[in-house]
Amino acid sequence: MIFGISIAFLLTAILTVLGALAAALLKNLVHCALSLTVTFAGLALLYLQLGAQFAGFSQILVYIGAVAILVVFAILLTRGAGIPEYRDFSSSWLAGLVIAAAVFALLGWAVARSFPANIAASAAPAVTVQSIGAALMSTYVLPLEIVAVLLTVALIGAVIVAMPESRTPKSGAEASGGK
Amino acid sequence: MNFSTRLDQIFVLLQHWIEGFFPHWLQPAVGAVVAVIAIVATFPGIFAVTTVLERKGLGRIQNRLGPNRVGPLGILQPVADGIKSLTKEDIVPRSADAVVHFLAPVVLVVAIFLGYAVLPVGRNMVLMNMDAGLLFFFAIGASTELSIFMAGWSSRNKYSLLGALRAVAQMISYEVPLLLSSVVAVMITGSLSTVKIVEAQSGFTGIFPHWYVFTPWGFAGFVLFVIAALAETNRSPFDLPEGESELVAGYFTEYSGFKFALFFLGEYLGMFSIAGFAITLFLGGWGAPFSFLGFVPSWAWFFLKLLAAIVFFIWLRGTLPRLRQDQLMNFAWKFMLPMTLLNLLVAGAWRFLGDGWSRWVICSLVLLCAYVLLGRVLMRHQRLGPRSYRYAE
Repeated sequence: MIFGISIAFLLTAILTVLGALAAALLKNLVHCALSLTVTFAGLALLYLQLGAQFAGFSQILVYIGAVAILVVFAILLTRGAGIPEYRDFSSSWLAGLVIAAAVFALLGWAVARSFPANIAASAAPAVTVQSIGAALMSTYVLPLEIVAVLLTVALIGAVIVAMPESRTPKSGAEASGGK
Repeated sequence: MNFSTRLDQIFVLLQHWIEGFFPHWLQPAVGAVVAVIAIVATFPGIFAVTTVLERKGLGRIQNRLGPNRVGPLGILQPVADGIKSLTKEDIVPRSADAVVHFLAPVVLVVAIFLGYAVLPVGRNMVLMNMDAGLLFFFAIGASTELSIFMAGWSSRNKYSLLGALRAVAQMISYEVPLLLSSVVAVMITGSLSTVKIVEAQSGFTGIFPHWYVFTPWGFAGFVLFVIAALAETNRSPFDLPEGESELVAGYFTEYSGFKFALFFLGEYLGMFSIAGFAITLFLGGWGAPFSFLGFVPSWAWFFLKLLAAIVFFIWLRGTLPRLRQDQLMNFAWKFMLPMTLLNLLVAGAWRFLGDGWSRWVICSLVLLCAYVLLGRVLMRHQRLGPRSYRYAE
């Protein structure tokens, strides 16, 4: 324990913050994406330290297994992932700074407000994967189904966008360039 | 404790004996280290045996002898291979991204070793009996895709990049059926813990075990799981990502020396772990295949089943030709996905139809009809017929 913080938490927190900083500051876009993955992994470790197994493993499965792959594929398919040919700082850095500060202030305010009056009194609830599953299948079954329908619609939409437009005449075939 | 129980628990007793040498507060950590060492020593050992087995087996299938020069019958070949890969020069291409190029094989092997943490290899023989063990395995398995991408991208070689893109596309496509086909075992057991899944299959009717593979949904789930597992581990007939005749060696073309050996090791360890999970989910884990064989230690059954799975994989590799990219994707999305979804429904029906013979008939019929219909519909436009040969004249 250092200053009342466990060493494991300290190490994961440093890893997470360093990954996020590297993602923002590195020049090569693929390096940024890989650093972002380190941040995702750090967040998953933080969830696991809090005893939230389901959230932690879902974070790894979804963010490292899918979102990170999506990001690197998008980079490779759009700009070639070479040496960046644009300037290091965009012209709208001031606006970006203001927005970032505003978001940080809002999040900080929300977190500070949500502290319970006495932390020691509240015992951590024992949430197992089974209880999450039972809640999803009983209390929250309607939201779950709505999300499922939404995702299916998105999937079908993506397939339709990606399908070759065989019905259109030959001249229109070259114009199609959907991804 | 009689002799057979003692033999069954010999490795657990050994671990406790080693723990006994250390002070009380250190014992959990020492026990974990001992278990980790056992995993890190055993499975690469099986890898060494498998390389010989595979080369000799493939040799037999292709009507040749295979390795037969190092040691009696060539069984010391892995030692020679190991010395070779350790002493070879480690070449990093000049334009490669050195850091990512170095990290890729390390991340791959570490991620695959982590998957063994929840694999029960015998009674009381699992490193971590996690509440969400199966979820852990799939989460860790998903992170190997990124290391393959890292390897392909950092090499700055078009064959490597193409191989990595193929590998990632294939792994993502087959991860869906892999996950969904294993969900049936979780549904019937009511737990994600690998230990509980094995225990749920440990009963016997007469002399026959209650393995999930002996039920209609279990059989379908097992076949789908094995097909998806073959694709996940890039084994033949799904070895497009490293097809030698098209892409040199795919994403590890630019790797040499020990890093190449690490990729090789990672690939085989991934195959063992996914075969281990197929055994855990559908083949009763460490359970004996007949009730009168219960005196044989549980770990022996697990490793015998693993060996059988390895032999099966080698046999498939020697028998089946490689798929084409469009066949691969069509198979995943048009056959595997509908079948796994249907299998989920069938498993649910099985759960609520009660203990009669009627559920056997209904579930088997639904799965069989779906299989035949899907096959007919998919094959309709394939125009398959006798192969016509064309010769240069």
